[in-house]
Amino acid sequence: MTDAVDDRLFDLTLTDDQRMNRDTVQRFAKNDIRPVAKNADESAATPEGFYQRTMELGLALMPVPEALGGAGVGRACISNALNAEDLAHGDLSLALGSITPLAFVNTLLDQGTDAQREKYLPRFCGEHFVAATTALMEPRATFEPTEPRMTAKRTDNGFVLDGVKSLVPLGVSAELLLVVAQLATEGPAAFIVEGTPQGLSRELESNMGLRAVETATLTFEQVALPADSLLGDGLFDLQRFIDLSRIGVCALAVGTCQAVLDYVVDYCNDRVAFGEPITHRQSVAFMIADMAIELEAMRLMTWKAASRAEQGMDFHQQAYLAKAFCSEHAMKIGTDGVQLLGGHGFCREHPVEQWYRNLRAIGILEGVASV
Amino acid sequence: MINLEISAAHEEVLKNTRLLAEHMMRPYSRKYDREEHTYPKEMEEVAKLLGSRRGAPQGSAKPADGKVVNGANMGAVIGLEGLCWGDVGLFLAIPGSGLGNAAINAVGTPEQRDKYGNSYAAMCITEPGTGSDSANISTTAVADGDEWVLNGEKIYVTDGERCDTLVVWATLDKSLGKAAIKSFIVEKGTPGCEVVRLEHKMGIRASDTAAITFTDCRIPRENILGSAEVAATAEARKKAFGGVMQTFDNTRPPVASMAIGTARAALDLTQEILAKEGVELKFEKSPANLSALEADLYRMEAEWNAARLLVHKAAWMADNRMPNSKEASMCKAKAGRMGNQVTLRCVEMCQSLGYSENALLEKFARDSKILDIFEGTQQIQQLIVARQVLGKSSSELK
Repeated sequence: MTDAVDDRLFDLTLTDDQRMNRDTVQRFAKNDIRPVAKNADESAATPEGFYQRTMELGLALMPVPEALGGAGVGRACISNALNAEDLAHGDLSLALGSITPLAFVNTLLDQGTDAQREKYLPRFCGEHFVAATTALMEPRATFEPTEPRMTAKRTDNGFVLDGVKSLVPLGVSAELLLVVAQLATEGPAAFIVEGTPQGLSRELESNMGLRAVETATLTFEQVALPADSLLGDGLFDLQRFIDLSRIGVCALAVGTCQAVLDYVVDYCNDRVAFGEPITHRQSVAFMIADMAIELEAMRLMTWKAASRAEQGMDFHQQAYLAKAFCSEHAMKIGTDGVQLLGGHGFCREHPVEQWYRNLRAIGILEGVASV
Repeated sequence: MINLEISAAHEEVLKNTRLLAEHMMRPYSRKYDREEHTYPKEMEEVAKLLGSRRGAPQGSAKPADGKVVNGANMGAVIGLEGLCWGDVGLFLAIPGSGLGNAAINAVGTPEQRDKYGNSYAAMCITEPGTGSDSANISTTAVADGDEWVLNGEKIYVTDGERCDTLVVWATLDKSLGKAAIKSFIVEKGTPGCEVVRLEHKMGIRASDTAAITFTDCRIPRENILGSAEVAATAEARKKAFGGVMQTFDNTRPPVASMAIGTARAALDLTQEILAKEGVELKFEKSPANLSALEADLYRMEAEWNAARLLVHKAAWMADNRMPNSKEASMCKAKAGRMGNQVTLRCVEMCQSLGYSENALLEKFARDSKILDIFEGTQQIQQLIVARQVLGKSSSELK
């Protein structure tokens, strides 16, 4: 059987490179993210120099071809998902911010033209962090990611964009934006926006969570863009972009939920009530067991979609199901995390309430964190 | 390299077992559900077909030089998914599929395996007063000359009436606790061994579930499975029973996979019925904007996939000789409850069509309940997972 024609085997073994990279990223999350996460959330601001420090991880540089100054390892959906997971163990907001430029890079690599790659990607291979982001969501209930209402119209020398984007990570400071809009009667398209052209206004949002990542609402009023701002040669494969984003969002959920689980295990083992640790009670212990079970399932669902994407297989349904599964169970884990700490969980002295607020975003986020 | 697709060979196993289930099990599903305790003789043909497959190299795979394998454990869960997609009750009634065979082949001596390995062997563990607490059994085995003398009552013996051989858990000395529990091979028809009752059940009615009494039942001394020694120290005794319980690490993923197969059957039928009403899984709309009915369909699909991945992980670990006690219990817990929730919701979704005995949905819902009970209940699995995650012993977290 091992000599079967098709030698694909079910396997959860990381490659040596993935293992080494995980060590590095996990160390970064522990030393450089977790200690600053609380303050970043409370001040709704990224710590000074934080993103510059993420440069040592080479996140955005990895997939860029060597000819353009990158490391040339190519698109690696699994490695990207592992990075997202491990960074989010430190903090979901700061993890999302850290991989947001990578999502821009990934999408250019995936759907951009050679000229666009040559023009923009070398910028990510320098010494300085380049804030770049992707903008898909729009501020309304019943928003469908496949049906953005922002419009783009062709003009004599380019395009004109109108509409509003919301929950855009790094949306205030990003010098490069990838904005998804409906191109008149043609269908969805994506546009590269440099800086802040006339008619674009950026407003810092204040949300329930994700406070440290400085999300913004971007309003486009008759924003004129040059002809070469249209990503790729024609229409944008929006579904593919959404699906790759969903994998990234799921991975962020997995890392955050792992943080919740690790925290409640330590806390509940220490917490004594009625003369013994509360983990000696099944009502507490079973909640934690269920957290561990659903978290492992979230991880496998995410890895499955990521591995199919990386192998070039169709992964739309797997990404869809992973997102549905992770949205529901991540929030449950976040909720139980607070519950298990009781009143202490409700107070900001412990990080579980921050994770609860951040995890509410998993079911909402679309079009960010593309792997 | 991370890949969560099953191998091409296992895809083939799934395809073949599904075909076999469709043509040789499904046609009899309702018949033997209605005629409880009637022997489903048609399953002998299935046993023959499966038996011919047992010679395949599936079970021989062994990891060498760190090479990853998808071997007997993965093959078993995939095959079970296919067969139980057909009918889990009939699967349990396939001669030779019993847990007794697994026990004999796992720990028997070469002589025992030769003599009983291919017989139809059932497992007798549970007693009227002892379910999940299997270390607390009261059936006794006393050495007398060349023989063991067994006394006690066993219940919930799957295949208990139809089998040829019984593997019986009994204690040599209850005061010594778990370590004095040994298992014994008893041939059916041995004087003193009597099937006293068959249970009437809510589901898996095609499978016979017997109560068996042992009254001064004498068996040869060589019919003990494993050593007759009782470990001398408390530590060693604990370890000895741990070894017994470890066999469950290998049997839980297969039972979890029975729930995967049963739930898949219910999902397939439900999706077929709903498609006629124009409700289909299109994977288009965002989960946030779906109707309650649609959202539940996707949710069940996601839950099913998630449970299945947990099963595959536990089986993969077993194939590659990694300790998988936690993962085996995780997959059993998840698959067991998923199976219950999914099959019940399928009945509800299809409304009167689901509730009717004209379709099999209501049967799948009844059958699935046992899968969250036997081979360790939901709560026992949670207990095992919790102890491992929290680093607690069984005396701390009871």
